[in-house]
Amino acid sequence: MATHKSVETKYLEERRQFFRGLRNLDRRSFLKVSAAALGATAGWATPHSFTPVTVAQGAEGATSQPAFRFAYISDSHLYERDVNDRFVRGLLRAVDDVNNLDPQPDFVFYGGDLAQLGQAKELELGAQILKNLKAPLKIMVGEHDWYLDMGQKWQELFGPPTYSFDHKGVHFVVLMSVLERDFWTARRMTAMERMQTVAGLDNGWQNPFMVGPRQRQWLADDLAKLPDDARIIVFSHSPLYKLYKPWNFWTDDAEEVQAILKRFKQVVVIHGHTHQLLTNRIGNIHFHGMLATAWPWPYAPEGTPELTIQMSRPDPFNPSDGCGDGEVHVHPDGLVDKVYSLWNRNPITVTRTYMASWGKQDVPPKPNRPAY
Amino acid sequence: MRTMRIPRRIGGVVVGTIGVLLALLVLGGVPKAGPPAGLAPAAAESPPVVAVAAAAPAPARSPSKNDQPTVQIGACDGGAPVEVSKDLKGKALADSLMDQWKRSHPEANWVTEEKEKHALKPPADNSGLLKGAQGKSHTYGNYTERDILLWARETEKFVAEGSRIFHSADLLGSEVAVSCDMCHPHAANTHPETYPKYQVQLGRVALLRDMINWCIENPVRGEKLAADSPTMRALEAYILSQRKGVPMEYGKH
Repeated sequence: MATHKSVETKYLEERRQFFRGLRNLDRRSFLKVSAAALGATAGWATPHSFTPVTVAQGAEGATSQPAFRFAYISDSHLYERDVNDRFVRGLLRAVDDVNNLDPQPDFVFYGGDLAQLGQAKELELGAQILKNLKAPLKIMVGEHDWYLDMGQKWQELFGPPTYSFDHKGVHFVVLMSVLERDFWTARRMTAMERMQTVAGLDNGWQNPFMVGPRQRQWLADDLAKLPDDARIIVFSHSPLYKLYKPWNFWTDDAEEVQAILKRFKQVVVIHGHTHQLLTNRIGNIHFHGMLATAWPWPYAPEGTPELTIQMSRPDPFNPSDGCGDGEVHVHPDGLVDKVYSLWNRNPITVTRTYMASWGKQDVPPKPNRPAY
Repeated sequence: MRTMRIPRRIGGVVVGTIGVLLALLVLGGVPKAGPPAGLAPAAAESPPVVAVAAAAPAPARSPSKNDQPTVQIGACDGGAPVEVSKDLKGKALADSLMDQWKRSHPEANWVTEEKEKHALKPPADNSGLLKGAQGKSHTYGNYTERDILLWARETEKFVAEGSRIFHSADLLGSEVAVSCDMCHPHAANTHPETYPKYQVQLGRVALLRDMINWCIENPVRGEKLAADSPTMRALEAYILSQRKGVPMEYGKH
């Protein structure tokens, strides 16, 4: 394989490395960078280069190098391309983002709601676009993928919605957390009416999400063989806690699921559905949300956890503001730095030290435009 | 209000209900069941039989797919005749008829359903106006319970119509299947209380309706609404109603 790199490639690599370093910049290293930048403008260093500065990490605890990292994309809500191209472009952009990561992540996790109305053509389009990812794909189902044909097409394309796998000493669990009790038979709904009811975030005719007894049993069995200090990351489409019921920012049997996870030293849960920067910790369980590629949701009028540093209100005049994708840096202790790569904004990292210190250290930047 | 489709729908409910009840009378399926109090007693006295008979001259037998004998029943609202199994009697027959009628009139209870589905906030409680002796001697202010109820129902209906449009890409005329609730569940983050304000991106002072139109033209990709169009009025009504209790704070960013 040719190892020659063009000037442009080298420049872009350096630039990328530089900006990755900037994400965790503290004040002292900022001064170092500024001095170097000053040097650069004064002609002391090679003018094209970003490399003279290796950005030092902040607090002591944060210096641990991640054992590995994976990328995430979530909530693309695809219609067919000729119905709505904006959401399609959103997913394409995210796939480009992830493909441009260098080095490549170990895998890419897709967080659910690939389709808007669970239609075969929407899901197929999504599957087609996700095939362009260079890194291997792991995928979770969302309610928008499920309630037209009760998951038939999605499972045909992607396999069972509940599974687990091990990667570099971390046990990953993927749940189908958007089960709803039957509300459609009594109302004599067609499959599409059922789908559209679930697709309406504020539609009160649907029931709260849940993991359900069968999957909880599966989860308990799946985790039974693991020691208490095992490193575990759980994926669920809905947050595995109770935030705001009217929008199903909610899992009805969250306490039961948390009880299964309770014996472990620490567990990380990563969820979709909320389309926003969302952080919570309940005892040993650290919860992180994922950004959407389709649109950002407003923060719920109540129930937003204390640890959450909200993202500033999105600019309605910029259709991709508040959307994005991101990365998860998994540290040797099993805790994660959660990177929200917001399009059009500086990325925001919620570090494991922020979570471990209950929000005392490494506080992410506060919003200047809070929710109304 | 009158220009909206609401009055006709409400009319349809009454006519439709009468139709089914009359059909029941003809069949004798509900013994002793007169029309419930309040349902046009005059109509129930004599002509209904004639009216129904006119719509469906004689209950005609027609073989169904299952070869079960059925009976066709005409509806006096001019709607398509209803077919039921001949063996159905009493409550089962009434249920079957009501069921079919409901299926062919899915919007019969649309205001109640919209209120329930999207958790519409109720208008202010005005029952306090019924107290106080001074009103009795005064034409303006001499309200009855009926007045209070009428105001509430009409206002709710207006708001419900707005909610329906807000939640429907079709009613908004979207070319990209996008509706308002996709970014604004329960009208969240619409902050009508902050208008008028200087809208930085537009470079001028905007009213709520300017922002509604901006959204309709851009993310929704529909056609701009006239400021006094029934759709715009209904959308404003819904958005404002959902911010009940939030202090007005014009100019807030």
